[in-house]
Amino acid sequence: MTTFAIYSITAVVLFCVGLMGLAVHPNLLRKIVCLNIMAGGAFLFLISLAYNSQGPEMDPVPQAMVLTGIVVAVSATSFALCLTRMIKERTGQCHLEGSDKDKDN
Amino acid sequence: MPELLILIPFSAAILSFVIPEKFRKWIGLTAALFILVSSLDLNKKIYTNGIQRLNLGGWDPPLGIALNIDGLSIIFTLLTATVGFMVSLYSIWYFSKGEQAEQDGYFWPLWLLLWGGLNSLYFVADIFNAYVVLELISISAAALAALNGNASSLKAALRYFLIAMAGSMTFLMGIGFIFAQTGSLDMQTVAAAEQHGPLMFSAIGLITLGLIMKTALVPFHFWLPPAHSEAPAPVSAILSALVIKGSFFLILRFWFCVFHEAQAMYYTSLLLGVSGVTAVLWGSYQALIQSRLKMIIAYSSVSQIGYLFILFPLMFMSADPYWKLEAWTACIFQTISHGLAKAALFLAAGNLIQSCGTDHIKSMRNIAGSLPMTTFTLGLAGVSLMGLPPSGGFVAKWMLLQSILTSGQWWLAIAPVLGGLLTAAYIFKILSSTFVSDQKGPQKRNISFFMEKSALILALLSILMGFRAEEISFLLQERMSFDLSGGYLP
Repeated sequence: MTTFAIYSITAVVLFCVGLMGLAVHPNLLRKIVCLNIMAGGAFLFLISLAYNSQGPEMDPVPQAMVLTGIVVAVSATSFALCLTRMIKERTGQCHLEGSDKDKDN
Repeated sequence: MPELLILIPFSAAILSFVIPEKFRKWIGLTAALFILVSSLDLNKKIYTNGIQRLNLGGWDPPLGIALNIDGLSIIFTLLTATVGFMVSLYSIWYFSKGEQAEQDGYFWPLWLLLWGGLNSLYFVADIFNAYVVLELISISAAALAALNGNASSLKAALRYFLIAMAGSMTFLMGIGFIFAQTGSLDMQTVAAAEQHGPLMFSAIGLITLGLIMKTALVPFHFWLPPAHSEAPAPVSAILSALVIKGSFFLILRFWFCVFHEAQAMYYTSLLLGVSGVTAVLWGSYQALIQSRLKMIIAYSSVSQIGYLFILFPLMFMSADPYWKLEAWTACIFQTISHGLAKAALFLAAGNLIQSCGTDHIKSMRNIAGSLPMTTFTLGLAGVSLMGLPPSGGFVAKWMLLQSILTSGQWWLAIAPVLGGLLTAAYIFKILSSTFVSDQKGPQKRNISFFMEKSALILALLSILMGFRAEEISFLLQERMSFDLSGGYLP
């Protein structure tokens, strides 16, 4: 039970750190990393559930969920990075604030 | 065959990725037609035979993934099919000329992927499956929002995507809490399990929070106006009419089918009610002070979404089951009429932009003379948003007001009363500028016949759905897989 507590509390802390970073940092790359930290927290929590169930064997369902989640997180990260790169090309900025004008105009 | 509604859009999406770009739209239109026909067919089956529960591949729920199709699912599926078909028809001509032509090849696969995601979401009976489908919807919706490719639309799309991903992660965390408490992912099993203690309390909070971030309820609305107004017209219509309704559908599913922890839900519902009333007033006020047509329509979405959340406090404060049912029906009516009217408005705005080159409200002078059909569409959809009889919006707001008054929660009545007035104000702001005569204005371009007609048909449907109120109420009251007071029916 204590192992579960350590893992799950760490997971919730990671999640909150990621959420706060996402809200606070203006830099897009940092925002995307924070999103991944949030995802890491959620995945760690799910994985810690696998050992929480009774008996020596672990539950395969949370592991399957985390695998699916990782696939989703990877594709979402690459999509977000792609958008960030296009924004950098168009405006020369790497944050969402400020003028929305194209660099050339 | 409910599986067809998932299979058709996904296989058409994959097919349209591999074929040459100029044929993609015909695949899209064919798929749209097939989806419309099969959802009408499914609607008939659910209406006459009752709800369907399907175990895919013959595996029972703890192992396999089940599909659950009840009255609520079929209403959302039909709304998506109707709006989706009209938008597809519109897009064929919208993306055929000018600078829009190069977006054509990307629009169809993404839109079909989004459509498949939405249809699977409506049939979902497994909470983890709901997460996967939500992600699919967010990614394809954000990619569609970035379709214009200029800096402001890219920024708007990325802002939308970051919020949507944060919402998904919060939702996933909530799923983890539910799994920790109940040890199951199937909605029916979770609903039957004991729900108490801090784990379930946090799960309700996390799931609701994650989903309202995606539904753009105040105070998480800031991403919606730029994302919806910077996208091409058909995409704005899809995002505003369908995508935010998808996450709202999941909130309904979770609140009425899965959760029954009354205390946590009571406090959360009060918060949702306050946010809803604030959204109605703030959204309409913001719409009133905008100067671009698409921004007005996007802020109007923020305000109309607010009405949907007034349902939640009513569910816990109204003692009479009859009025609970009335509030429930009103909420779904509002969803449908807003979906149809908002799609019509965005498509009409697209027509104006193609004709005048801009959507600034001052440049819309005298379009009542040059584009009478589009002006008529704006007016009809506006009537439904304001809630004038006999439109669907009127039925919704009337039932909502009645159940608010009988529940004695007078503070909720601010929303339909004051909100209706503010809505009338911004609709008249749009319409008044269309009648100003302006001889010197730039030459207006002609708009394709189908583009004007598909917007008009959606606006007409939002007015005429009031006449089909009885059938919709029947689906909502007799064809539900759950009881309004919580949990699945035996």
